[in-house]
Amino acid sequence: MPRKDVHLRLEELKTDLTEIKGLEIAIGRIIEEEWAEPMGPTPYPSVTTLREWDQKLLKKYKPMYLPYCDSCCLCTMGKCDLTRGKRGACGLDMSSQQSRIVLLAASMGSATHTSHARHLVEHLINKYGTDFPLDVGKSVGIEVEAPLIRLVCGVRPRTLGDLEPILGYLESQITQLLAATHTGQEGNALDFESKVFHAGMLDLVGMEVADIAQISALGLPKADPEAPLAEIGAGTVDLTKPTILVIGHNVPSAVEIIDHLDKSGLQDKVEVTGICCTAHDLTRYDQRAKIIGPISWQLRYIRSGIPDVIVVDEQCIRSDVLVEAQKTRTPVIASSEKNCLGLRDRTDHEAGEIVADLVNGKDPGALLLDPAKVGEVAVRVAVGIAPQRTRFKAVPDIAETVKEAKRCTQCNDCRRACPNNMPIPEAINEAARGNINKLADLYDVCIGCDRCESACPNHIRVHTAIARAAEGKLRGERSKIRVGRGAIQDVEIRNVGAPIVLGEIPGVIALVGCANYPRGGREVAEIAHEFIKRRYIVVSSGCSAMSIAVEKDSEGKSLYEAYPGTFEAGGLINVGSCVSNAHIAGAAIKIANIFAKRSLRANYEEIADYIHNRVGAVGLAWGAITQKAASIASGFWRLGVPVVVGPHGSKYRRMLLGRRDKEEDWYVYDARTGGQVYTGPAPEHLFCTAETKEEAMVMMAKLCLRPNDTTKGRMIKLSNYIDMHRKFYGVMPDDLQQYVRRESEIPITMKDEIIKILKESNWQERPTPDPTLLLRMIGVRKAK
Amino acid sequence: MIRAEPWQTAEISGSMRAIPITKPDVIVAAIKRSRHPILIVGYEAVQEDSTEAKPIDYAIQIAELIPAQTVATSHIISEFARRGAKETSTMPILDIANRLKDPEWKGLDGKGQYDLAIFLGIQYNLEWVALSGLKHYAPHLKTISLDRYHQPHATWSFPNMTPEDWEHQIKTVVALLEDERHGS
Repeated sequence: MPRKDVHLRLEELKTDLTEIKGLEIAIGRIIEEEWAEPMGPTPYPSVTTLREWDQKLLKKYKPMYLPYCDSCCLCTMGKCDLTRGKRGACGLDMSSQQSRIVLLAASMGSATHTSHARHLVEHLINKYGTDFPLDVGKSVGIEVEAPLIRLVCGVRPRTLGDLEPILGYLESQITQLLAATHTGQEGNALDFESKVFHAGMLDLVGMEVADIAQISALGLPKADPEAPLAEIGAGTVDLTKPTILVIGHNVPSAVEIIDHLDKSGLQDKVEVTGICCTAHDLTRYDQRAKIIGPISWQLRYIRSGIPDVIVVDEQCIRSDVLVEAQKTRTPVIASSEKNCLGLRDRTDHEAGEIVADLVNGKDPGALLLDPAKVGEVAVRVAVGIAPQRTRFKAVPDIAETVKEAKRCTQCNDCRRACPNNMPIPEAINEAARGNINKLADLYDVCIGCDRCESACPNHIRVHTAIARAAEGKLRGERSKIRVGRGAIQDVEIRNVGAPIVLGEIPGVIALVGCANYPRGGREVAEIAHEFIKRRYIVVSSGCSAMSIAVEKDSEGKSLYEAYPGTFEAGGLINVGSCVSNAHIAGAAIKIANIFAKRSLRANYEEIADYIHNRVGAVGLAWGAITQKAASIASGFWRLGVPVVVGPHGSKYRRMLLGRRDKEEDWYVYDARTGGQVYTGPAPEHLFCTAETKEEAMVMMAKLCLRPNDTTKGRMIKLSNYIDMHRKFYGVMPDDLQQYVRRESEIPITMKDEIIKILKESNWQERPTPDPTLLLRMIGVRKAK
Repeated sequence: MIRAEPWQTAEISGSMRAIPITKPDVIVAAIKRSRHPILIVGYEAVQEDSTEAKPIDYAIQIAELIPAQTVATSHIISEFARRGAKETSTMPILDIANRLKDPEWKGLDGKGQYDLAIFLGIQYNLEWVALSGLKHYAPHLKTISLDRYHQPHATWSFPNMTPEDWEHQIKTVVALLEDERHGS
């Protein structure tokens, strides 16, 4: 279907109804012809179109499988024991099973973003019309408005309506990928991996569709480096006002809340607070909204009793949100078909009737599938219920916490349930003696999963006790975050394209993903600060962008206040929510297109080859949790961009690891000569895990190295790598001979020491190629 | 045989589970049988503060007594140097695990693939997945977890223990290895 097997071409068609010029229809898809850029080789790629490219990457970065269990239990012939080379009843072995699970995860993630985009686009078309123009920053000169859509689909979307066929393509492809995971379908691990990459590529497109639609129609910041600052932290909430909490990722309902407040003149009388990406997108819409924090803040904030009504949309919402809300008698409004929470669908009921039932506690919540109705009901419920809920605005007092703690038998079940192995029994023991300080200490590391409480056989409310002990910390959380700016401007790309590709800006560090941090969110902020100070470009999104806001400089300014939001060396850019991750990939693509003048249109392999060999970008998802995080990472892998995850990320079941000791893996073609040239292991991995933040930082500095680095650029990158290695490891790296290509690349201040090391390893100078993995690129650029 | 459960309650591995180390002699016997052992030590080996000595100190003693090549994962290699340990390499945990599953690997010392990998101080879940990868893909390799949390994917692992009990066990391992060295 995605191939142009059947064409209908109309040079000019005039009828009574219309006049069409330059129209080409390929199996139901409209291909625009009035675009000077010729169509590339891979428009709307099918599942196998880019398989050859994927195999090139997978040859270098072979999967290392880390099975989570020994068996497969996905069909009734199982469970099948897959240990040590055994095959299941269907014939699948462990590697294929693991890659199949990775594909399932990536497909779930991709489906989720695409479904999000579908809902958003349909809602916005319904509200603003099919012909509503897309604009992600025309006023600041953005011409490449949708780099991913151009690259993958070969089309330029102009209106909201233009996004619908793109969504159709994504949906059909995701269905194919899901089908491939069925029993008796794909059986080869590397083919599963290729499909994982495909899922990731689709995911990036789906995210781009979602974000350019909402930026355009809702008037979110349009590639603005000086996007406004918003408040973040539970301490920013005015407790005297009725408070609404929105949780999730899909912003229309939250937008309607703001609009209803404005319409009813209540904008200064009600607090609108948010958790997770809906909060990001809401502050992009209106900076009076406040971000409470990342995904892990849900329980502690709900249990604080501060929110008077909770509105949930989709993704990353606790499944027990209704149960939790009922503990503080907080009504819940569900607003997505994907997350109905068992609530009665009252979309067609009169608003006043719903409000009365929620305020009076007749119903614990309602399912409302009309964003405008959600806006009205949420506001009216908050205003109506707040005076009645004052007494719930507190977690149990310390005396009660101490009393509960005395029930503890030190069985360790809480600790054995805790993902971070926190010393909960010791803290509870201290609390039983009246000292809650150790409980308060746990707050900084706690990811808010509540497994401790669920595991406690004595029904001690462990998570609540932690939140209570750290109430001062929660109330003290107040900082500033620059709201999601959206895309990177074309002019910014022009300014930094050369220094990035030549290596003079040592790298682009993308801090993305969720909040399953091994030792608290502050580590993300520390990582960001280290790279900003070293003049890398630091880009952030989602929960990580929120965690970065925690750190403050010596003047008490958050990093977003202290550093520019420009895509430049030393800049700190918050692109926005999960779906805004598309702009990070988009920036890398635009470097190839705008700076290097590579044709973008449906030219995936060449652009990915360019990015992989030349653009020193690395992603870090320090607290990655979800299947969406898996699909986002997969999209970057297909573009050849390495991704690092924190220790919990190893649970994704496989890494894509290079072997620097295998010289034969690190040859590229020299596009000028056609010869094969050893480049050293750069970048060394495509997907890897770091145990500590120090290891992650050194890893990322090294992963910014690229075969194309100029002498000066390689020297700058090596300076940072070596300096960070010495700073955090206390010793010199042991692999310099693989990265120093010429003596002139050795950082001057370390020259003698490094030359000595190189001599000991029989190092010899070697050339810098014009690197490519694609045979067809040999001689092409020169000829042009 | 004593019943050993994974430390993290939900980490149920499956059909092939570690043999619990009931007596430290088991470890010493496995080391004696090994022709080419390697010791892999992670960040938590320098974090534990409820024992008389830190796990890294015992790791250094054990490496010297075996003797075994040591790999420091994460960023703790300088802790080995500070304590006077010799010949320590550094590599991320999954990089070393990836090499350990390759029968053709020449080893860090150029003497070929290892036949015994001993782990200590790696974050529980990270060690868990690394050991799982090795269990399935490195049939030539035996693995021992010396941590105080039971690791079901290892060949041998201690059962879950208190810091005090763990320290007693690890001191016994050191003493037994010293006895071996002195030929008693």
